[in-house]
Amino acid sequence: MSVVELLSDYTIQNVVAGAALLGLVSGVLGTFAVLRQQSLLGDTMSHAALPGVCLGFIIAGTREIGSILLGALATGALAALVMLLLTRMSRLKTDAGLGITLSVFFAMGVVLLTHIQGMNNASQGGLDAFLFGQAAATLRSDLWIMGGITAVALALVAALWKEFKLVSFDPEFATSLGMPVAWLEVLLTVMVALAVVVGLQMVGVVLMAAMIIAPAVAARQWSRRLEDMVLLAALIGVAGGIFGALLSALSRGLATGPLIILSVSSVVLVSLTLAPERGFLWEALRRVRARRRLRYQQVLTTLYRLAVHHADPVYRSEQGMLDTYHGLRTRAVLSQLERRGLVEWQASPPGEPGPARRWVLTSAGIDEAERVLDALGREDA
Amino acid sequence: MLTALLDNVALQIMLVGALVGIASTLVGTFLVLRGTSMLSDAIGHSIVFGIVIVWLITHQQSGPVQILGAALAGVLTVFLTELLVSTRRVKKDAAIGLVFPVLFSIGVLLLNLYARDVHIDTHTVLLGEIGFVWLDTVTLGDYRVPRSLLSMGAMTLLNAAFVVLFFKELKLATFDEALAKALGLAPGLLFYALLLLTSGTAVAAFDAVGAVLFVAFVIVPPSTAYLLTDRLWLMFLYGIAVSIGSSVSGYALAVAWDVSIGGMMAVMTGAFLMLAFLAGPRYGLVAQLLRRRGQRRHNEIRTLAVHLYNHEGEPEQGEENVIRALRDHLRWDAAKAARVVQRSSDQRLIVREGEALRLTSQGREMAREILDPSGRRAV
Repeated sequence: MSVVELLSDYTIQNVVAGAALLGLVSGVLGTFAVLRQQSLLGDTMSHAALPGVCLGFIIAGTREIGSILLGALATGALAALVMLLLTRMSRLKTDAGLGITLSVFFAMGVVLLTHIQGMNNASQGGLDAFLFGQAAATLRSDLWIMGGITAVALALVAALWKEFKLVSFDPEFATSLGMPVAWLEVLLTVMVALAVVVGLQMVGVVLMAAMIIAPAVAARQWSRRLEDMVLLAALIGVAGGIFGALLSALSRGLATGPLIILSVSSVVLVSLTLAPERGFLWEALRRVRARRRLRYQQVLTTLYRLAVHHADPVYRSEQGMLDTYHGLRTRAVLSQLERRGLVEWQASPPGEPGPARRWVLTSAGIDEAERVLDALGREDA
Repeated sequence: MLTALLDNVALQIMLVGALVGIASTLVGTFLVLRGTSMLSDAIGHSIVFGIVIVWLITHQQSGPVQILGAALAGVLTVFLTELLVSTRRVKKDAAIGLVFPVLFSIGVLLLNLYARDVHIDTHTVLLGEIGFVWLDTVTLGDYRVPRSLLSMGAMTLLNAAFVVLFFKELKLATFDEALAKALGLAPGLLFYALLLLTSGTAVAAFDAVGAVLFVAFVIVPPSTAYLLTDRLWLMFLYGIAVSIGSSVSGYALAVAWDVSIGGMMAVMTGAFLMLAFLAGPRYGLVAQLLRRRGQRRHNEIRTLAVHLYNHEGEPEQGEENVIRALRDHLRWDAAKAARVVQRSSDQRLIVREGEALRLTSQGREMAREILDPSGRRAV
């Protein structure tokens, strides 16, 4: 199937649009969640959406997406509040609070799911597809709802941008300005449920955690400002979503959700490795370069110290002696220094015992060694 | 008796449920105390990857080697998470949430690809089928024993042996990691062993309760116990009791309502937790509120005693040490003033003579104690 054919297919259009919406909303809201170290709250809320899906179905009596999403939103947000309550009002720590709400709400969802299956309602078919998402079953009408939720979330972020920013980075200062910090924090937390709801159809409740976290973590590697990070996270989310959706359309029978997650996670891996300054690769390079520079400087200053010690600016050092002194082969380093004109590989005068050629500092080498030693002296002081 | 057990499906299911709970509690207690309980969530999800891989290699789903192999996937998750954290570019919680979805996704995709070969579908992966454990049996001597019962029993024994053998070391590594390190106990290694056992338990429990409900059995019973006691061995005892209680009551309710048995057992652990959260003797919400109220009442009595003591024998005594002054000077409303006076006289700290209030020697002693705790001024 060519790309043009692919893009003109009705189902695939829907899936791609849905994945893009999901990437957009989870990238933006995930940024705040990750910065506020509430990454795993998204995991808890998405698992906790399952009972809401079932309740929405039971109340509406059909697989009507509106009531299902409303139910998911309600129980997802409720789980976040229960988790806050458990950790604030008892000695349980955050991780236990998260795990308890995640697993118990999910268990309630499982119970309701089997209850619905026992009702023998013909229209319940595939309700458990919300576990892994059912991207292929996305309808145009679903997209309107998902788009509406995304718009609400983005509008809220835009309207309360300054407040959210301050609450994320400096809640104490926000309090001193008289902002309703507790309410803003609850709002930011509960808004993650909006992203979860959009993700239900696309990636399902189980993998939603990564959709919240991954774009934000990837974006963080490339940016230092909240504005850039939010935009980049949205971009990465959208790109990963679209790529994963297209990949599953091209392959036969591979689930869309996992492919979207793997696409976004690959961006994380690439960002962690390659992002300027923060990337592993650059750090490794920096370390190698620093180690090499340190060795050049060591050998150079050894030559200088030997010259000082013998009160002879053109003191000739033997290769073997330098190797022994540093405990490693210094030949390569010395050749490097020679290329930079700091040392010379001079022939010994005829008749002198020992090797035929020895190392001598040039005047540039003496200047350089003095500069290095000065710098070291300054550091010591 | 053994025959009776093996003929009784209900009993088998409850026993498997209880064993899942007990084995999970044994390892989960340490995870909860260390503040790393979300690792069980990561492990629960990523062993799906391990199980699929092991299945593709050995074409068998159960057996000690399979359990170990799949369990390594859980340890791999933790290792990758810690690796990511050690780069200091990703916070711990984000790292957990990055690693396990990747492994889980790969597991699901492999299931998609080899769906015809692998006898697990994505549905059971998450939910398990504890109601069917009696269908899958192995012959052991003259008996046909459910496979899950066997593997869960073995895992429970293994976990119990680990906890008993290394109780001292685990305790120290949990509560004072630095000291454990200084004593050469290798808390890191111990922790990884614990996680390997957690993963093994997850794999063994997988058929019965699936990847996500397993998390409930690991975290909720120990957390419930944590709300009830400060003693480590009591935590185990309470956790095990909660596991057994959840298994039995969960089974009964699931049968009565015709819903998922594993799900109902997990919900029941949550019910026990709520109970401990609300009604726990010391850390429960009600106990906290009662304690706070008791403290407030005690403070009111102390305030009254000090007020009376300050004006005792002074010229304004007739004006200050009367009930009306409590309203005008301490700004207590009439009901509160009457309440405090009543309680104070019940405790024989004051006596009431008409409108006037007078401290007893006991009350005077209390006020003096408050104003001058070291008793220096008395000398």
